[in-house]
Amino acid sequence: MSESNKSPIRKRPRVAVVKFASCDGCQLSILNLEDDLLALGAAIDIAYFPEASSDMQAGPYDIAFVEGSITCPEDLPRVLELRQQTTTLITIGACATSGGIQALRNWSDIEAFKRAVYPNPEYIQSLSTSTPISEHVTVDYELWGCPIDKQQLLGVLTDLLQGVKPHIPRHSVCLDCKRQGHVCVLVAKGLPCLGPVTRTGCGAICPSMGRDCYGCFGPAEHDSARPPGVPPNTASLAQQFHQHLQLIPVEMVRRFRGINGSVQPFQEESHAWESK
Amino acid sequence: MSSGSVQTLPLQLFLREDFPQLLQTLKQLGYQTLGPVLSQGAIQWKAITTPEDFPIDWKDQQEPGSYRLEPDPSPRYFNIVHGPESLKPLTFAPRETLLVLDHQNNTFSAKDIQPDTTPTAILGVRACDLAGLGIQDQIFLHGTYPDPYYQQRRENLFLIAVNCTRAHATCFCASMETGPKAQQGFDLSLTEADEDFLIEAGSVKGLKVLDQLTSSIASEERIKEDEERIGACAASQTRSLPKANLPAALYEAHDHPRWDHVAARCLSCTNCTMVCPTCFCHGVEETPSLDFQQSEHTRVWDSCFTPDHGYIHGKNFRPTTKDRYRMWLTHKLAAWIDQFGTSGCVGCGRCIAWCPVGIDLTEEVQALSQPPL
Repeated sequence: MSESNKSPIRKRPRVAVVKFASCDGCQLSILNLEDDLLALGAAIDIAYFPEASSDMQAGPYDIAFVEGSITCPEDLPRVLELRQQTTTLITIGACATSGGIQALRNWSDIEAFKRAVYPNPEYIQSLSTSTPISEHVTVDYELWGCPIDKQQLLGVLTDLLQGVKPHIPRHSVCLDCKRQGHVCVLVAKGLPCLGPVTRTGCGAICPSMGRDCYGCFGPAEHDSARPPGVPPNTASLAQQFHQHLQLIPVEMVRRFRGINGSVQPFQEESHAWESK
Repeated sequence: MSSGSVQTLPLQLFLREDFPQLLQTLKQLGYQTLGPVLSQGAIQWKAITTPEDFPIDWKDQQEPGSYRLEPDPSPRYFNIVHGPESLKPLTFAPRETLLVLDHQNNTFSAKDIQPDTTPTAILGVRACDLAGLGIQDQIFLHGTYPDPYYQQRRENLFLIAVNCTRAHATCFCASMETGPKAQQGFDLSLTEADEDFLIEAGSVKGLKVLDQLTSSIASEERIKEDEERIGACAASQTRSLPKANLPAALYEAHDHPRWDHVAARCLSCTNCTMVCPTCFCHGVEETPSLDFQQSEHTRVWDSCFTPDHGYIHGKNFRPTTKDRYRMWLTHKLAAWIDQFGTSGCVGCGRCIAWCPVGIDLTEEVQALSQPPL
């Protein structure tokens, strides 16, 4: 505390907001931080954010927020270049973090799509898969959600500005549902809510509206090493959907193959039901 | 007569048509009144200003992993046994800012945030919830450092119990000796019938309210009839916990293969701990402003089923669901007895009904008490 008083002029970190294949909704979440935008502008130097400004400065950057997934050949050198130019790289949203809804192509024939949509499909340069940023470069922090929670982004940025390691909770949505006093839609309405296996962060928006969570913040406690016995227990929840809510296998596949369908625990669960 | 009673009047009969007097009296004494109100497919504690606010014509059906309301032609106000909320959120707030820190001139100041202390009367408290409140009192009030936030809310409560005459498949208060009749800790208690209530004061505060109501001395037959209805409610309970075997049975079961069996079902979602009237784990969050000139210091409900709960200095010492379920059940039903002198379970059955996959702790304890197959 006395340190910062001795040096009140702290260098503002240079921040980039970069887009790959995505809908721009997560970038808009940053612009929607209306009450905090002035303070944000004072705290950071927005060096590159084409969605917000035509003044696009080259790197290096202290912090890069990356939206979108890798879907085209030219994305690959771009993401490598960005990583080399960036000290702290943070993915924002489901696309960048897990491949997003467009990763549904991973189960389909991209060539057939091209032929169906475009009169001259040979002009379309597109990869057959949509993959998360972490499959190509090292990612320092991941913000999940479709879209991200803007307050969570602000919290991470606040921590980084002070040199504090950001803490992004990994527990289930249920804890926040109960903290907010929402009645469980799975138990009281029989809706196939993914909240028990989905990571918190959204503020339990869907259950607060009486709707079932569809997992847009990805799997709770997800660890790519998948140690045995560690949550999320998608198999048990799926059994409950099947036996007590009468969801048939094809509905189960759709349930887990959504916005984060390509992330390991959800992918494994959809595969398990596809073969039933 | 119940042990918590300060009854100087014989048990009174209070007519349904006079019930508005109770709401009026509480209002005149400055209480806001909360009661069971239909909300989101269940009941929650919400403001009651007229008898029409009660969930008349409905009853609840509770099973493992399922809670449903269904129509029930009955004039009773307290026909729904309970919802997901015990009294816990009213005393131990799910989220509350304790302090606001301000950074000024090389140091900081801390401002206490005081909880709302409006006197609050709660209508329809069940015996299990009173027992749960008693256990939370022990934790938050009777230790070395009483919790001022809990204390202020607690002291402002006026509790109107309702004795249960209907039990669910998930209820097992009789085996925990906490219900279905409210034994202590209430200001007033009611036993509801279609036309009237038996009413009893359990405190001096309660007696003052009772004095304002039009009531008459209840007949011996009526008192006996109500005792029988409450007794039948206890007898109808199908689940139980073997109180006599605990804590030893769970300590001896530390390496029992049943833990793997339940861990294969458990979602580690925290719902059981959230709805439990006695679970008291909490975390503290620090939320600084972007310029770091101010920070909110907030207490939030936590659970032993989260990955952060067992995380200490770079390592989670309860990484698996098995570790967490064993920790929860062993603490709740065994270590709690060593720590506080009572079980941490009051038999309300909420953890069974509100578990998304319907895990039944009584079934687990039974399996864990048997030698491994």
